[in-house]
Formats: sequence, C-alpha cells, structure tokens
Amino acid sequence: MKRPGSALVMVLYLLFLLIPIYWLVNMSLKTNAEITRSFTLWPHDLTFQNYRTILTDPAWYMGYVNSLIYVVMNTAISITVALPAAYAFSRYRFLGDKHLFFWLLTNRMAPPAVFALPFFQLYSSVGLFDTHIAVALAHCLFNVPLAVWILEGFMRGVPKEIDETAYIDGYSFPRFFVKIFMPLIASGIGVAAFFCFMFSWVELLLSRTLTSVNAKPIAATMTRTVSASGLDWGVLAAAGVLTLIPGGLVIWFVRNYIAKGFALGRV
Amino acid sequence: MDKSWNNRAWFLVLPVLLLVAFSAVIPLMTVVNYSVQDTFGNNEFFWAGLEWFEETITSERIHAALGRQVLFTAIILAIEVPLGIFVALNMPKKGFWASLCLILMAMPLLIPFNVVGTIWQIFGRVDIGLLGRTLTAMGIDYNYTSDWLDAWVTVIVMDVWHWTSLVALLCYAGLQSIPEAYYQAAKIDQASRWAVFRYIELPKMRGVLLIAVLLRFMDSFMIYTEPFVVTGGGPGNSTTFLSIDLVKMAIGQFDLGPAAAFSIIYFLVILLVSWVFYTVMTNLDREDRP
Repeated sequence: MKRPGSALVMVLYLLFLLIPIYWLVNMSLKTNAEITRSFTLWPHDLTFQNYRTILTDPAWYMGYVNSLIYVVMNTAISITVALPAAYAFSRYRFLGDKHLFFWLLTNRMAPPAVFALPFFQLYSSVGLFDTHIAVALAHCLFNVPLAVWILEGFMRGVPKEIDETAYIDGYSFPRFFVKIFMPLIASGIGVAAFFCFMFSWVELLLSRTLTSVNAKPIAATMTRTVSASGLDWGVLAAAGVLTLIPGGLVIWFVRNYIAKGFALGRV
Repeated sequence: MDKSWNNRAWFLVLPVLLLVAFSAVIPLMTVVNYSVQDTFGNNEFFWAGLEWFEETITSERIHAALGRQVLFTAIILAIEVPLGIFVALNMPKKGFWASLCLILMAMPLLIPFNVVGTIWQIFGRVDIGLLGRTLTAMGIDYNYTSDWLDAWVTVIVMDVWHWTSLVALLCYAGLQSIPEAYYQAAKIDQASRWAVFRYIELPKMRGVLLIAVLLRFMDSFMIYTEPFVVTGGGPGNSTTFLSIDLVKMAIGQFDLGPAAAFSIIYFLVILLVSWVFYTVMTNLDREDRP
C-alpha cells in the first residue's frame, strides 16, 4: 500500500542515523588543530594523516587483526556446534528438549557484566588468558544460543520428507547432512553466521576483560589510547571509522536475507 | 511439523551442551560460590550464608541503580517500539530503495558498542560536536557532562539511534509476509488506514514484535558500554545503570561477595521477565499453527 509522506519519513529517519556517522568521518579527515580551534562542517584542511597513523603503527592495526581473528574463530565454532543441535531441536522430541532449549536461551540473557570476573578467573586458571581462543569461547556464551535459535527457525521450514527420502536412497546421516541438508538451509547458515559475527564484533566488556596485550581487540585499544595520549580526536575518529568497514562488508553480502534473518527465520 | 520421539537426538545436542557448560555453568558456579562466602584476602574464604543477599536486597545504592535501570528500559521500549513500527510501515517494499534502506538501517547495529559511545560523545560535545554546538547556538544550555537531564537525554537518544533499526527490521520482516491479497480485500471493503493497521498488519507483526521487545528488554537491561563511554555513569551517579554499578563493584572495588550476590539477583530478574515473554511467544506459535 502506498502511503503519502513515507519517503519523507524514511529520509528523516536515515538522516538521523547518518548524521552522527558523518560527523565521525568528518572528524577523521581533519587535523587536530582544525578540530579544536575551528568549527567546520566539512574538512577544509583535508588530511589522511590520522589513517596513516593507524595503518602504520602495529599497536593500532594489530587491534583490528586480533578482533577479526577471534570473531572468525567464534563464528566458526558457534555454527559448527549449533548445526547438529538445531537439527535435533527441529526434527525430534527428546527427554527435556523444551527445558534445554529455554536454558540455552537464558545464556543469551545473561548480562556479560555478571560473567566478566568469573571468566577472567576461569581462563586464567586454564592458561588461556590473553589468547584469541579465550575470547572466542567466551563469546560462545551468547552466540551459540542465538545460532541454535536462528538455525532451528530455518530448519523448521524444510519438509521432513526430504530427510526420509534421502535415508531411503541410502544416505548415511553425516553425508545427508552435509550434501543435501546444509545446501538447503544455506541462507540460514549465512544469516546465523552474520549474527555471530555481529555480536562478537561489537562486544567489548568480555573481550577487554580477557585480554591484555597479545589478543587485545581494537575496541580496547581505542579506550586505552584515549586515556594515554590525552585525546587525539582525529586518530580516535579514524579508528572508529575503520571499525565500521567489516560490518559494512558483511551487511553487503547478506543484504537479501537480512530482513528474514532479523526475524530469526520465524516469518 | 510433528516431531518423532528420539532420545538419541541428545548426541546431536551434546557438543552445544559441553561448550555452554564450559562457558556458562562453570563461571555461574563461581559466582554462586562467591555469593555465600567472605574473604579477608590471601585466598581464605569464610562461609557467609545469605548475608550478601540480605545486604543486596536492602542496599539503597542498588535500589537506586535498579530504579534508574527500570526507568531507562521503560523509556527505551516506549520510544523504540512505536518508532520502529512506524519506520517499518514507511519502508519501501522492494527494489533498489528497499535494499538501500536495509543496508543503511543495519549500519548502527554493526558498530562496536564503544564506538557508538565514542560517536555520541564526540557528536554531543559542546566544543567540537555538531549536536552540542547546534543546541548551544539555539540558546539551549546543553552539557551532558554536568547536567543529569542532558546526560539522560543523550543516552536515550543514543540508544534510540543505535537500536530502533532492529525493531524496524523485525517489523519489516513481519510485514513482508503479508500477502498482497489481504490489502486488496481491505481496499474493496474500504477499510480505513487505521483499520488496515489494526486488523491486518499488527496481528501479522505480533510474533516478531515479541522477539523485538524481548531482545530490546534484555539488551537495554544489560546495557554497559555505551553509557559508560559517554557519561561514565555520571554526572554523579545519574546514569549508573545496573551493569555499570556491578562492574564498579566487582572489578573496581573487588567486593566479590556483594558483587556475586548482586549478579545472581540481577540475572534472576532478567530470567523471570524473559521467561514470561518466552512462554507467551511459544503459546502464540502454537495458536498460529493449525
């Protein structure tokens, strides 16, 4: 249905979303002198020095590398363990299934602040403190339940007859799962991976608590450098802009599934 | 879909179970363990019983933080849910513009929490921020670092900026599933715009709206990083929400016992509310299916 004024509403809303981001980009292209001394709506004294600082200093760019390493690890682990579990929930009834499903969801509801300190102690005691795998495992806390939830939603939409036909044709379960079933829910896997990537990428509290030097994420680098060097606005803004890029790329790849994915496959 | 009874499905769930047990149950047990003990350092612990729980339940500091948290979450839900529905109703249905809107709207969702904080910290500053500068130029005395009302408004606008798109995208997904025939039928009946919304669109969005409210409730109740970066919980304690207070207590002051008791109560509150939502949701699911 065509609604009058809907274009106007969308333009206003998107402006509201984009202006703060524009301001960040704007600041990242200015020199610090221009930022603090004059107030300009666009950079008069265009400079890429802030970006150069970040891309040439290992203390900065290793932050991005660390973040990407644990995010990718987390996504791989989450999807791998969630696939069989989601299949079980979507196809079978078993002892305690409903309770188990809700219990999994409760982990998505646990405030990271509650877990920060115990995680620190747990991973320190098993010698995983300040490693990428520690952060990846910690983020499984909220990503695995979410992945199971999304995948279960997508799997429910695949008729059970397909499974039965495959078994009659002599497929073993693992072969059926990889060869036939996974391609059928490829978009669901994509969406689940997108969500795991997203929530792991944006999380700061746990990743900061569990790392000190070797696996320090970019988000933590930003907060620490700010306090150390006395507010270098331009570099801070440039670092912020660079954190937008991975997310932007990922959205581009899943843009056709994003709406369905946000409904967790339940539409 | 009718599912068959098969207890061997447990083997498929086992990997998830082990992983989540490692990353959730063990830490949770640690928290429970601390919540009933007291320490004077040196790793010596004493049984404290329910002392910390009593202290938490009667603590005025935590009451105040809880009050702020409930108020914050209520305001967030009251703004974001109607606004999200409104935006979803106005989104283009398909084609290039729909894709563009989707991508732009998903942008704020993929920004790391502390960068969201940084964006608004910079944006709102009176000296270098567009928002702060504009408001000052309009003659409004705005300063989020010293005035509690300004701090609240900034944090709320920031959250609306950050998360309204999630509600909108969920509702949009719900709207997409409405067959065109429904609208045509409504047109023939000469249904008003309001009637179309009330009797066609809203019922179809019911399921996704519940997911949206559930997610927004959980996440706003746990909010930590964004207000921490922007206001640091201040001015005074005016934007110290539950998580900020908890981290202050556990990592700042290292009061393990009280922090642990606080954590458990905090978790139980979220759990209780989420359980209500979840039950309503699964019941709706059952009704929808013939």
